[in-house]
Amino acid sequence: MSESFDLVIIGSGPGGYVAAIRAAQLGLKVAIVERERLGGICLNWGCIPTKALLRSAEIKHYLDHAESFGLSAGAVGFDLAAVTQRSRKVAGQLNAGVAHLMRKNRVTVVEGAAVLAGPREVRVSDRTLAAPNVIVATGARARELPHLRADGERIWTYRHAMVPPAMPTDLLVIGSGAIGIEFASFYADMGARVTVVEMMDRILPVEDEEISAFMARAFTRQGLRLLTSTGVESLVADADGVTATIAGAAERFSHAILAIGILPNTDGLGLEALGVAMERGHILTDAFGRTSVEGIWAIGDVTGPPWLAHKASHEGVVAAEAIAGHAHAHPMDKTNIPGCTYSRPQVASVGLTEAQARAAGYEVRIGRFQAIGNGKAIALGEPEGLVKTVFDAATGALLGAHMAGAEVTELIQGYAIARQCEATHETLAATIFPHPTLSEMMHESVLDAEGRVLHL
Amino acid sequence: MPIDITMPALSPTMESGTLARWLVKVGDRVRPGDVVAEIETDKATMEVEAVDEGEVLELLVPEGTEEVRVNAVIARLAGEGEPAAAPPPAPAPAQPAPAQPAPAQPGPAQPAPAQPPAGPPVAAAAPAPHPAGGRIRASPLARRVAANLGVDLAGVSGTGPGGRIVRADVEAAAGRAPQPGVLPAPPGAAVPEAAAAPSPPAPALPPADGLPPFDTVRLSNMRKTIARRLTEAKTSIPHFYLTVDCRLDALLALRAELNRALEPRGVKLSVNDMLVKALGLALEAVPDANVSYAGDSLRKFARADVSVAVAIPGGLITPVIRDAGGKRLSAIATEMKALAARAKEGRLKPEEYSGGTASLSNLGMYGIREFAAVINPPEGLILAVGAGEKRPFVEGDSLRVATLMTVTGSFDHRAIDGAVGAEFLAAFRALVEAPLGMLA
Repeated sequence: MSESFDLVIIGSGPGGYVAAIRAAQLGLKVAIVERERLGGICLNWGCIPTKALLRSAEIKHYLDHAESFGLSAGAVGFDLAAVTQRSRKVAGQLNAGVAHLMRKNRVTVVEGAAVLAGPREVRVSDRTLAAPNVIVATGARARELPHLRADGERIWTYRHAMVPPAMPTDLLVIGSGAIGIEFASFYADMGARVTVVEMMDRILPVEDEEISAFMARAFTRQGLRLLTSTGVESLVADADGVTATIAGAAERFSHAILAIGILPNTDGLGLEALGVAMERGHILTDAFGRTSVEGIWAIGDVTGPPWLAHKASHEGVVAAEAIAGHAHAHPMDKTNIPGCTYSRPQVASVGLTEAQARAAGYEVRIGRFQAIGNGKAIALGEPEGLVKTVFDAATGALLGAHMAGAEVTELIQGYAIARQCEATHETLAATIFPHPTLSEMMHESVLDAEGRVLHL
Repeated sequence: MPIDITMPALSPTMESGTLARWLVKVGDRVRPGDVVAEIETDKATMEVEAVDEGEVLELLVPEGTEEVRVNAVIARLAGEGEPAAAPPPAPAPAQPAPAQPAPAQPGPAQPAPAQPPAGPPVAAAAPAPHPAGGRIRASPLARRVAANLGVDLAGVSGTGPGGRIVRADVEAAAGRAPQPGVLPAPPGAAVPEAAAAPSPPAPALPPADGLPPFDTVRLSNMRKTIARRLTEAKTSIPHFYLTVDCRLDALLALRAELNRALEPRGVKLSVNDMLVKALGLALEAVPDANVSYAGDSLRKFARADVSVAVAIPGGLITPVIRDAGGKRLSAIATEMKALAARAKEGRLKPEEYSGGTASLSNLGMYGIREFAAVINPPEGLILAVGAGEKRPFVEGDSLRVATLMTVTGSFDHRAIDGAVGAEFLAAFRALVEAPLGMLA
């Protein structure tokens, strides 16, 4: 006996559970299959718990520098287990929240590992779920390499790094994307000596080059050691620590974190047997999430970069609306996905970097503004920051925005909205930004693109 | 108090134009009426005259600048009796920032305060640019790109939220792929979309292999307008065509006679002038052909204003003979001569080349026997006139030689049906073949 649904979703991360809610809102009968915990990596092992950890590190940083605010806090200590516990509690709260949302929207939650037995049939242990449409939202996991493998004791992936068995004293972070940089920043603030190794010639290689350079200066001042254009040739753990061979020389560390990318979770789903087109492990889709097999859809990390929760959620909405035949179903626009790195200072960006814009043939106008010219940043004691804007000289279109500094992850959305609404340079220049806020930096950067900057 | 010279609105719909040339320089004294600059709009070059007297303090917009917004300050004059002092220098950009924000000092690049449009009075006869029905919902970028590409937003349907026109709609309407690299994949996105995906925007490709060497010529505003309007006409107007042969002998004889009589007045009628008159009268005789399709309504014109296609360097333009049916032939000839001369200099005013109700295009002077023309929207019809030439002609049961001219009408079938078109062409032919009817 199979159970019938309008839509079965495999995976309950920020892609899957959001798709489930949207589909339910549109009147579909939805089942969602989860083999671990509702909410997926994002809620349980990713975005949210790391933010909880980073908040502890941030507060510790403030207490360490209490004197500069006229306060005295004495020597600040911490209990790593308590910090981790807080992070787990936050994750648990949100996990329960997703369970509530599924109940509220009458989405059937099925626990277990799903297999596509046919294009319209999903098996979960002995249950068979039949539906004309199936969304694969199985996400991704940390990548390891033959010579770089995690053991959970001394060599960690993000997942181990989030619940550390011990506080690293001398940490090696391999990879300087968002995940690597966030852990590097967290453990540095918690007092570890941190070395970051990056194969590319700069850290945060997907960001604008000026942002990478800005962050490299900021981290170097904080005491982090950054090795770019460098690989780790071997990594061997023993009872006391890790020996890494870096550029031919052996170095000792207490722990190492692998942050060298992710692998999509497509194994064991039965996708190959159904002929779902894939490339390098990622499921190929169109801009609505359709795969090469009718009735099978895919969203989120399993479909390729950028590997971001909000990209997965939006793809979930797009696919759910397309499946429900919603009048306003619109294709996914991958050019307007903001990216955020929650280090100290933070990094946020949307759209094209200057180099990408030039490579694409644009004549660009560049605006820049340093936080040192922003009253609020100075008052906060956060005078380190850069806001860079890239405009198309021909049309005034905002091609990209790149920010580093305090709270920029909360600010980037302003530029994302501007891009979504197709605001031009004039629109942004004519917008009134409240004083005193960090957001004034966004305005100044826009003005600077036309040589009209006011406070620098 | 310096006096601002602003970008004039040369037509009711003009939003921006190209500052083609400065005719004054800093330090020149100008008096009211002096021409200070030339402005190029989509069709014409216009002169900007000084309204006040004074010395030119600064020219704020370099020659050749495109997209200068209407009412933007383009130059400043020192007022009468005022020393022509330079404006205070802008604050040096390298100054350290004050901890507290200083009040913003209006720099020269600040947008000009809104002023009432200084352009010519709105031409009441000009048809509205788009059917009445409220403002057009379009993103700022869509408006900007539309202006760059010469796309009229009134003819663009929006796919954005709530039917808003977004950039992609404008580019689709302009019949071009999105700009090079508008949407490259995000960083690190190595995975291509599946074949079923909407095709990604084409990257900026080098010219196709196999083409001989070529120069890339930037389109003038006029060429962009021609491209846009004719594409709009050929893709959105259901054209149908009717062809008729007209015997021209009587008209040629009358023209010779009239020209002899008009010679002392220095007026010489062309065949084309007479065809303009005939077209005007035929439209009056068949008013159902003197119409314009306007979306959910039809405009029936009370007067026949004939647009005459004139080839000019770099394109063509259609000066309008107002009330062509009601004007004397000598008046049409005089007016046409003046309009054509100014058209060739690019100095027609917008109200002189817009607002016709039907068009005439004559390629007879090139020996073209017959052709079909593209309707000039929002007009309902255009007549394409070939050469008058001696051809064998059957009259009764005998073969004779007559001067014949083949005329093809292109009609907008949304506004004019076949029978009406035929009736109109018959009226036109009757006037051409019995031209005394034009004098009555």
